[in-house]
Amino acid sequence: MAISREEVIDFIYDEARMLDEGRYSEWLALWLEDGHYWMPLDYKQTDPHLVTSLLYEDMFMLRLRVERLNGARTFSQKPKSRCHHVIQRPFIDEMDGDRIVTNTSMHYVETRLDEQFLLALTATHELRVVDGALRIANKRVDILNCDAAFGNIQLLP
Amino acid sequence: MRTASQIAALFTGPQVHRDVYTCPGIYKLEMQHLFANTWVFVGHESQTPNKGDYFTTQIGDQPVIQVRHSDGEIYVLYNRCPHKGTKIAIDREGNTGKFFRCPYHAWSFKTDGCLLAIPLKKGYENTGFEDTENAKGMTAVGAVRNYRGFVFARLAAEGIGFEDYFGDSLSSIDNMVDRSPEGRLEIAGPPLRYMHKCNWKMLVENQTDTCHPMVAHESSAGTAVNIWKEMGNPEPRPPAMEIIAPFMSPYEFFENMGIRTWPNGHGHTGVHHSIHSDYSAIPGYFEALSETHGKERAKEILGENRHNTVYFPNIMIKGPIQQLRNFIPLGPDRTLVESYIYRLVGAPDELLARTAMYNRMINAPTSMVGHDDLEMYERAQEGLMSNGMEWVNIQRLRTGEEDFTEEAVENGTTERQMRNQFDAWVKFMTATMEKA
Repeated sequence: MAISREEVIDFIYDEARMLDEGRYSEWLALWLEDGHYWMPLDYKQTDPHLVTSLLYEDMFMLRLRVERLNGARTFSQKPKSRCHHVIQRPFIDEMDGDRIVTNTSMHYVETRLDEQFLLALTATHELRVVDGALRIANKRVDILNCDAAFGNIQLLP
Repeated sequence: MRTASQIAALFTGPQVHRDVYTCPGIYKLEMQHLFANTWVFVGHESQTPNKGDYFTTQIGDQPVIQVRHSDGEIYVLYNRCPHKGTKIAIDREGNTGKFFRCPYHAWSFKTDGCLLAIPLKKGYENTGFEDTENAKGMTAVGAVRNYRGFVFARLAAEGIGFEDYFGDSLSSIDNMVDRSPEGRLEIAGPPLRYMHKCNWKMLVENQTDTCHPMVAHESSAGTAVNIWKEMGNPEPRPPAMEIIAPFMSPYEFFENMGIRTWPNGHGHTGVHHSIHSDYSAIPGYFEALSETHGKERAKEILGENRHNTVYFPNIMIKGPIQQLRNFIPLGPDRTLVESYIYRLVGAPDELLARTAMYNRMINAPTSMVGHDDLEMYERAQEGLMSNGMEWVNIQRLRTGEEDFTEEAVENGTTERQMRNQFDAWVKFMTATMEKA
């Protein structure tokens, strides 16, 4: 059965909600094994390998990130951070058989103790339909002020 | 206001007074004296490869421009119009052509800073303008030295010479550059920029603090090791294991790696081996390096696995992975950390890919390792405000009076390098102060 546009849009919303609610095991299960979560450091960066990025994480790193958040000696998460995505309706830029590319504007808020910050970002999802279900093949998150100096960004925008 | 002897009293040898991290008055004196009297890193020559190329940064709290002049040399100028003080360059880098032009009143300057033209100049006739310092143009810093591509400057016109200041510590820059088959480095993209709400010296001290990785970074490095075990120790190891797992090495590893200190506050960890020693070989690299140097020399160059080399006051380089971190002071409790990476010209791309990976995994604002470091610095900055105790302890493996004018190699968990930094701190803070 083919995936509908509405299902694609719901998927993007659902993913953001999983991150906000800290349902990380469910979130990891959305990913295909060879996927990468990329957050460029430079505006309109094209290369994830030979210049620095903020993140370019494979499944091992994402799993590590998630397990670390729950660790007993994760000092920068005592107390824990919380996050909140406000997302605009995703654009479906490509929908070609089993491959779908979406572009979504978001405002991301992260907070811990008395600190809170806001990032404006654009998420580009490359999705695949595997066994009738949508999965994340790759995700790119471009922060509007990616070249600004940040303090800790501890959760996943 | 503090006198030279009051400043010297803040460092006793085994202890340092908390005011060096928290007091706005001390910070002001650091900007005025320490960052003027020492040789401070500005940028890499490859950031300004062509005539007219410029790059803006800070030396201490002083805004400066690194610029390639028409004679091909690199100049370092204060980023201030001599007229009304307007910053001449606002963007982080660019090309200004043959001259700088102030956007406020169009005063223009050659790229060595000399005044070129002022519109309606006859308005200054018979005013005595030509005798003022403003008429000379943009002010250059006291002294500039380009050492194998790394540009350093001393703000003060008079003071210690470059070679006297750095001495044998330059061997770490040498080793980093010698790793390029063509003997030169090239900047690879913009730096990570990470804001820290703590004093700049906490970051510098942490570079040779070998008793923190297995504690502060257990949540990232320890968890990585556990996940890999759960997976059944698959080979080749995930790239993250190669980079992050060595942080979990036991105390003995760090004890045995050794620390070397040089005069004037410079020093490095990883005399005998380091967390960078066991990186996998990249096909074609040794061959390329041997072609340039011969096999023996190539082995010798790659045999050095220095971990962190601190160039006092405020940078650290990692020779084996071509990284430089600049700890730029913005206030007594505020530091901007810029982490740069460089390409070994003539070496395979895989080396640069590993360097970029290290940079983002360890030193990004999104880094799981960086998060716990910043947490420790910020807790220390807040904790030091407590009046329960005024002194910070740095006496690990200090068994008596120490002579920092001699190079020394010691157990890798000594805090001697931190003491070495404070010895140099007192020296260059007080060099230009009233002695009373």
